Amino acid sequence: MLTDITAARDAALTQIAAAATLDEVALLTTRLAGKKGELAQLKTKLGALETVEEKKAAGQAINEAISTVGDSLDTQREVLSSAALAEQVESERIDLTEFTKRPARGHAHLVTQAWERLEDVFIGLGFQVVEGPEVETDWHNFEALNMGDGHPARGEFDTLFVDHIPPEGNAGETLLRTHTSPVQIRTMLESEPPIYIVAPGRVFRRDTPDATHMPVFHQIECLVIDRGITMADLAGTIEAFTKAFFGAGFNSRLRPSYFPFTEPSAEFDIQRPNGEWIELGGSGMVHPNVLRAGGLDPEEWSGFAFGFGIDRMAKERHGVEDIREMYTNDIRFIEQF
Amino acid sequence: MKILLSWLNEYGDFGDPADSQAVQRVADGLTSLGLEVEGIEVVGETVPGVVTARVVRLEQHPDAAKVQRVYVDTGDGTEHHVWCGAFNMNASDVVAMATLGTTMLNGQTIERRGILGIDSEGMLCSSSELGLGDDHSGIYILPSDTALGLPYGEALGLQPDVLIDADVSRNRPDCWGYVGIARDLAAKLGVEFRPPTPILSVTGDERTAPVEIIDGDRCARFTSTVMSGVEVRPSAGWMARRLNAAGMRPISNVVDVSNYVMLELNQPSHAFDIDTLGGGGFRVRLAAEGEKLTTLDGEERTFTDDDLFICDGNDVPIGVGGIMGGLDTEITDATTVIALEMAWFSIVGIGRTVTRTNLRSDASVRFERGADPYGMPNAIARFVELLSETCPDLTVHAGAADERTDHLPAEQRSVDVRISAVNRVLGTELSIDDLPPLLDPIGYTVSGTGDTRQVVLPTWRLDSTAEIDVVEEVARHYGYERLGKTVPKSVLHGGLTLRQQRRRLVREVLLGLGISEAMPTPFLAPDTLAKAGLPVDAIAITNPLVTEESVLRTSLRPGLLEAIAYNESHRQSGVQLFEVGHVYPPGDGELPGEYEALTIVLAGSEAPAALVVWRELAAVLGAGARLDQSRVPDGLHATRSATLQAGKDPLGAVGEVAPDVLAAFDVDERVAILELDLDQLLDRKTKPNQWKLTSRYPSSDLDLAFVLAEGVPAEKLEKAIRQGAGKLLVDLALFDVYRGDRVETGSRSLAYRIRLQSDDRNLTDQDVADVRRAVEAAATKLGAELRS
Repeated sequence: MLTDITAARDAALTQIAAAATLDEVALLTTRLAGKKGELAQLKTKLGALETVEEKKAAGQAINEAISTVGDSLDTQREVLSSAALAEQVESERIDLTEFTKRPARGHAHLVTQAWERLEDVFIGLGFQVVEGPEVETDWHNFEALNMGDGHPARGEFDTLFVDHIPPEGNAGETLLRTHTSPVQIRTMLESEPPIYIVAPGRVFRRDTPDATHMPVFHQIECLVIDRGITMADLAGTIEAFTKAFFGAGFNSRLRPSYFPFTEPSAEFDIQRPNGEWIELGGSGMVHPNVLRAGGLDPEEWSGFAFGFGIDRMAKERHGVEDIREMYTNDIRFIEQF
Repeated sequence: MKILLSWLNEYGDFGDPADSQAVQRVADGLTSLGLEVEGIEVVGETVPGVVTARVVRLEQHPDAAKVQRVYVDTGDGTEHHVWCGAFNMNASDVVAMATLGTTMLNGQTIERRGILGIDSEGMLCSSSELGLGDDHSGIYILPSDTALGLPYGEALGLQPDVLIDADVSRNRPDCWGYVGIARDLAAKLGVEFRPPTPILSVTGDERTAPVEIIDGDRCARFTSTVMSGVEVRPSAGWMARRLNAAGMRPISNVVDVSNYVMLELNQPSHAFDIDTLGGGGFRVRLAAEGEKLTTLDGEERTFTDDDLFICDGNDVPIGVGGIMGGLDTEITDATTVIALEMAWFSIVGIGRTVTRTNLRSDASVRFERGADPYGMPNAIARFVELLSETCPDLTVHAGAADERTDHLPAEQRSVDVRISAVNRVLGTELSIDDLPPLLDPIGYTVSGTGDTRQVVLPTWRLDSTAEIDVVEEVARHYGYERLGKTVPKSVLHGGLTLRQQRRRLVREVLLGLGISEAMPTPFLAPDTLAKAGLPVDAIAITNPLVTEESVLRTSLRPGLLEAIAYNESHRQSGVQLFEVGHVYPPGDGELPGEYEALTIVLAGSEAPAALVVWRELAAVLGAGARLDQSRVPDGLHATRSATLQAGKDPLGAVGEVAPDVLAAFDVDERVAILELDLDQLLDRKTKPNQWKLTSRYPSSDLDLAFVLAEGVPAEKLEKAIRQGAGKLLVDLALFDVYRGDRVETGSRSLAYRIRLQSDDRNLTDQDVADVRRAVEAAATKLGAELRS
């Protein structure tokens, strides 16, 4: 009996070792190691044995044989399945460096990128974003900003005029706004203080293009009108903006200057962490005449304004040497940023 | 304004030009006053090794026509021989010679190099080689009494100096003169201010050059002072050097003193030879329309009846008031008696003439900003004082004319200044007693008692008219840097408007779709709109820089097509661009019909690509529009485009650019295009998308293909299918369009996948069969035939 068991076990092991596929292993598992498998079948012959000892020994031998065969099946299954996986993986090999397709993301214009970053900083400082028309009336662009007809400072804005004639007006009263400041007037006329706004927008000057000038460019300006607003508030707001936009290591300062629509007027500079000062923009306390033009009493309300160019922010951030490059619409330029 | 520091030091001890720290202190002081320093240039440096020498004799070598031989004496009594390429000097002239071994400003070293075997023992120098100016046309000639053998800098009294370039803003007329700058700076730095205080002594008998002002609104004051004993000659070296530094060519003592007084006191003047002054006097009147005058620059110009003339006593024009003299009345070497004009002209009037004629001068710059209407007596006295230095016999005659009109600004102008107003604007806590020390030194005289004081405004600050102007002066002299930094407390919160948020969303979607943003100029050439197949009615710029940019765009399309053409010409194909920007069609309101538009162009793509973009945008913006293929938008492909119709108004256009338009723009690729009116899309408030149950029951697909006649839009069949399928329809996709042999000509096959699903049960075969029957029936009504 024991000889039969050993022979059956060895025969089973030989078959298992010869199995070449997982399907064959599955078949053998049922045939050899199942509850009704060949080895289990041997148990039916135990009754024919004489002694209890013989029965016991044979039963044990059968169980051991089943266990050995089961282990062998497990091993064979494992060997075959890892070989199959390895074969599949190997057959699917690709060279990733053959695939050079570029990502298809679009690129926002550099001016838009700077514009939105500036908006976000000002929003964080509590400002609402306001816009206005690009074709403006002479009144909003000059007159209401304390530059009446014949004001000498008008000459400094190289203004482009258009041939639109308002219904009750005259030729020469419609122009392309030379700054975003008309938005100040529109905001004052359309809403009640307190006013905490920032106005980004496109502006126009009759300037021949060169490396640092374009006839069409972009400005952003900030206007605050409230009770008790002082020049210290102007300096402090510029300082807060400077640190928020450029970084904590930057400082700012005001220097006397002249703009018809603010008084006192100031240029504002920012200081790099290395100590270098850079001129950034114009600012000042809103001129009483401008408040009046906006329908506000200068004895009740006061305010400040400051503004600067957006294009230059983009140009300097990315080291663009010539501002005209930003307006070629060359996809090779656009996709750099 | 270029400020020579040694000159400024005449009016206060501001700092030694050789001391760089002192120079920086001056520069910082100027900048802190609003006179922004834009550059500091060291001048008056000389070339070591160049000495004075007298020309002994000149000799022409027969074989060298372009150079001559010059023998000079450097004071040691021996002759030194040099070759020289200039011919402007004569024997006995004193010149500057670079000795052997001298390194010139351009780095060249003077060597004993000869011509025709004859050595040169040095080089004679031009003024540019000496660092004295730009002139390199001839050899620089020194005064004939100059000592020989001296370094030329010593001989000329040159000293290292600095030229500070300070930007004078429009509200500082006084700073176009040294004295005005010195007054401001002295107050800032706490330096004693020493303005010139000349005393005029009138010793001559009465001689008048009478003045008649006709147009008193344009010229409000005109003085004429007659002086005899004038000897026209070169100015003293110190004056010539200062004028040179200011960028003015020294001409003669009379002209130079006039210029010097202008630079010093900001008062322009003009000296006339009284013997050639017709009628011996002046008439000040507007020009007749078309009246001509040849100005000092030699150009004959035509004037209008809005330009002011200075005429002689016979009414013959001799100058453009406050801007430029005439050519014919210049003083000459023979002049001995002059009539000196000093006047005050209307700021606005001068500005109009300058703008119209583009004629500018050092005088007009000053009058345009506002000279001191009461500065003339001091300026006349100063003129006399300075001219006397070269004309010892100068005599001022009694009977000087001083005509004034009602338009002259008042001498005494004052405003009330409240300390509360000062502190309210500046955020300071100044007391009223802090004001006089800040204001008095700059000529704003504070008087009175209490918290409101009267401040008399200086006559040289015509820009100052109101309390706020005085507040600014207080701030300048108190120091902007001392004003503290606070942040106002806003009760508002920051944010974007709905429109701005939705605009950002549009950009985000387009960028995500792989479309980049372009920013073409909004200015078009006159023929561009026609080229783009668009209506040509547009707003024009009346004073364009160039004709190619003289029309305001009414569409973003031309700029983007030009961008595609540009990229194609640089071998960049398949470029996908969008622009968000304003367009400015004509309108009959106060302003044109400006609105915000969006255009997307996809080079190398056909119309359906633009539709995909539209569907994405429509979904994101919660917008809808009907595709009206019967209305072809201007300039788009007639059989591949549609108007997007939302309600009554067109919302935009979608399709492809017409082939002839592409050809006109030199675009080789097909271009899919989407144009939208953002004014309509961005301001619309949309509800957030509302949740719909995602069914947990299995879905069933039904694929059906229909043959439909060309000309019936697929959209109609789709609508019929939707109706037929009813409530069980969850998705409908057109997955194949077939035209060819297996479909009769004039029709195409459209294959749809109809996905059916119920929210509350499993579908039965009967459900699917019912839908199929209903869809087929609906399609048949349209003339569509189910393919089997």
